[in-house]
Amino acid sequence: MTLFDIIFFFFALVTIGSAVVVVTSRNVIYSAFSLLFTFFGVAGIYVLLNADFLAVAQLLIYVGGILVLLLFGVLLTNKVVDVDIKTGTFQIFPAAVLTAFLGGALCGIYLITDWKEVAQIPDVQTTATGLGELFMTSYLLPFEIVSVVLLVALVGAAMFARKEKSMAPSSRPE
Amino acid sequence: MHVGLIHFLFVSAILFSLGLFGVITRKNAILVLMGIELILNSANINFIAFARYGGLRMDGQAIAVFVIVLAAAEAAIALAIVLNIYHQFHTVNVDEISKMKE
Repeated sequence: MTLFDIIFFFFALVTIGSAVVVVTSRNVIYSAFSLLFTFFGVAGIYVLLNADFLAVAQLLIYVGGILVLLLFGVLLTNKVVDVDIKTGTFQIFPAAVLTAFLGGALCGIYLITDWKEVAQIPDVQTTATGLGELFMTSYLLPFEIVSVVLLVALVGAAMFARKEKSMAPSSRPE
Repeated sequence: MHVGLIHFLFVSAILFSLGLFGVITRKNAILVLMGIELILNSANINFIAFARYGGLRMDGQAIAVFVIVLAAAEAAIALAIVLNIYHQFHTVNVDEISKMKE
């Protein structure tokens, strides 16, 4: 059992344990904060897989962006009188059976498949250079398209989320 | 026992199942979104595991960057929709929202 294995099992435990809390906790705030630890665990797994740029991007975008956005969503869509925001659940038993079956089937497929692992690829020092070269050469068109998609989505979301009253000129304070 | 490709794939499969469980069972629309984020993260773990152990190399990490960008766009749009639903119906429980308009 090497240090790599110990670190992997630690991050896998953090990820899966907090993901279980995310989907089972009845308190929405607890779920949101457990999602923080899930994202941290996934970032650690990225580091173990030699993806340093993606680990930092995961922390910046998921923890700094998406999680804060989700927390704002939780607080804006509840009548906040205390931090105890409960949520209901339904179809627990059929969903548990279905997802357990699906997860078991996926793990079984992974086990019986004969993976051809590339024998000991050399560990690169940093991935940012390689990723940048890929985005400027073979992935140039998808890169431009995804940047336009992100711009349109964010502008559209900002316009979509504001109240219509504030857009009417009559309601503007003189 | 040495940690290899299969262990990362197992973590990804469990994360995917948990995310799907959250999407199916939760009533609150924002918790459904959290389940979708878990599913996207599990797909990313798969891409990066194949980039490290399979033949994908840097292409796998490039695809993972695209997934992260689209997840950010999806979260912004979905939250805008959820806020509008809350203004219309005064609830975000997905089982109570069955009409397109009041």
